[in-house]
Amino acid sequence: MAYSEKLIDHYENPRNIGSFDKTAEDVGTGLVGAPACGDVMKLQIKVGPDGLIEDAKFKTFGCGSAIASSSLVTEWVKGKTIDEAETIKNTDIARHLALPPVKIHCSVLAEDAIKAAIADYRAKATKKAE
Amino acid sequence: MTAITQIRRNDQPIYLDYQATTPMDPRVLEAMMPYFTHKFGNSGSRSHAYGWEAEEGTEKARAQVAKLIGADEKEVIFTSGATESNNLAIRGVAEFYKDRKNHIITTVTEHKCVLDTCRHLEQQGFEVTYLPVRQDGLLDLEVLRAAITDKTVLVSVMAVNNEIGVIQPLAEIGKICREKKVFFHTDAAQAAGKIPLDVEALNIDLMSISGHKIYGPKGIGALYVRRKPRVRLVPMIVGGGQERGFRSGTLPTPLCVGLGEAAEICMKEMDVEAKRLKKLQERMLNGLRAKLTDIVVNGDLEQRIPGNLNISFAYVEGESLMMGIKNLAVSSGSACTSASLEPSYVLRALGVEEEMAHTSLRIGLGRFTTEHEVDTAVDELVRHVNKLREMSPLWEMAQEGIDIKSIEWAAH
Repeated sequence: MAYSEKLIDHYENPRNIGSFDKTAEDVGTGLVGAPACGDVMKLQIKVGPDGLIEDAKFKTFGCGSAIASSSLVTEWVKGKTIDEAETIKNTDIARHLALPPVKIHCSVLAEDAIKAAIADYRAKATKKAE
Repeated sequence: MTAITQIRRNDQPIYLDYQATTPMDPRVLEAMMPYFTHKFGNSGSRSHAYGWEAEEGTEKARAQVAKLIGADEKEVIFTSGATESNNLAIRGVAEFYKDRKNHIITTVTEHKCVLDTCRHLEQQGFEVTYLPVRQDGLLDLEVLRAAITDKTVLVSVMAVNNEIGVIQPLAEIGKICREKKVFFHTDAAQAAGKIPLDVEALNIDLMSISGHKIYGPKGIGALYVRRKPRVRLVPMIVGGGQERGFRSGTLPTPLCVGLGEAAEICMKEMDVEAKRLKKLQERMLNGLRAKLTDIVVNGDLEQRIPGNLNISFAYVEGESLMMGIKNLAVSSGSACTSASLEPSYVLRALGVEEEMAHTSLRIGLGRFTTEHEVDTAVDELVRHVNKLREMSPLWEMAQEGIDIKSIEWAAH
């Protein structure tokens, strides 16, 4: 399968691998996918006091496209507000990496991972406010 | 041993996919060459020297193939490859005997060309039983015995599995089939030339052989069809009545000669080569085990050809690993490279969990594999497995002592 240069670059030099403390109040964690399906993504965002995502980390079990998709979104979400980050679409990821049709689900998973991380952060923030 | 130790160009990846295909042995090519040029005759031409010369080539090749499997040369017919041989054996027998018997037995881990042939026969009204295999990949003989009925015409069980390399108990299967008066066909594409096969000792009635799996050319194979007791077949390709009427069409003389030469080399060098490959297989496995934890060999390691390893590298998805080990040409059981996205049906049949099936690689060693190549492969695999584990959330959980099965994953 021929992959785009951008995809291969993200696979070979993945950005922002790692983990934050998932219990920290300023961290939102999304864990999506399933080992049996061959894809699991963990995406974490760290939100600053100004409401901007100041850092993001990921770990992914999956094919090269899944790794590249999650690496790419960690780059994209940084510096955005969580509302802005929430508007990232799987089609943007797929287009940027030129994913082949059978790999579109990897971009869907990456979008799900951001949404899950944001939902987790919001749930924590709501709980704190109560 | 052959003087040729490297046929790979330095800019090519290390070839570790010998179950997919093998490079042609230069000695085979040499034997074939004259039949492309001045010995170009049609082996069916009985009226002149060109035909006689070509016939001499095909008949020598037929004898060479027969000798490899302990058969008589009259019992060997040339086909285009193991896929055609399997089609002809199974459909040919089923159709010939359909008025008396309509039941076929095979296993769930057969090659797709056997399974698909059986599916087609089912659509035509035949009964097919797909037997499960044990966790080690081998057929349970009692399960086979129990499946045979008085309607069973054929048992088709592969000699060596193409994904996991396990060797089925052919002698025992042959004995059961003979006792029950059922024909025994074996797809020996991965076995011929690699392990000793004797159609008499093993009670095999039909055997499929492939040229390109034994360092011969692509586009040629053979089917052994027993004469005593006689096995009858309905031909799939009709025409000039070549190959005892089982397979019409002018013989591709150079390819036949290549298959024959390949068979003879395999027979002569089998013992030495098997020992050498066993050492390489051990070197590969020991090298990986010394530096990596959580790796599992799929399929029985003892009842296995030495040129195969199928390994699950837990917590690392197979396709991403293959993308990393660019200098190695291997194959993945994860099938994420294919359109289906389903993990290998062979591994699933062994009861390998889907998440482990997604992490498997098939590593094939062969005639031209060197110790240096094995060592390079080990280093490269270790490096990339470690790198990918560092970015695997599953590996992280495992290190934290979290049981991955305890998590409720959302299937997608």
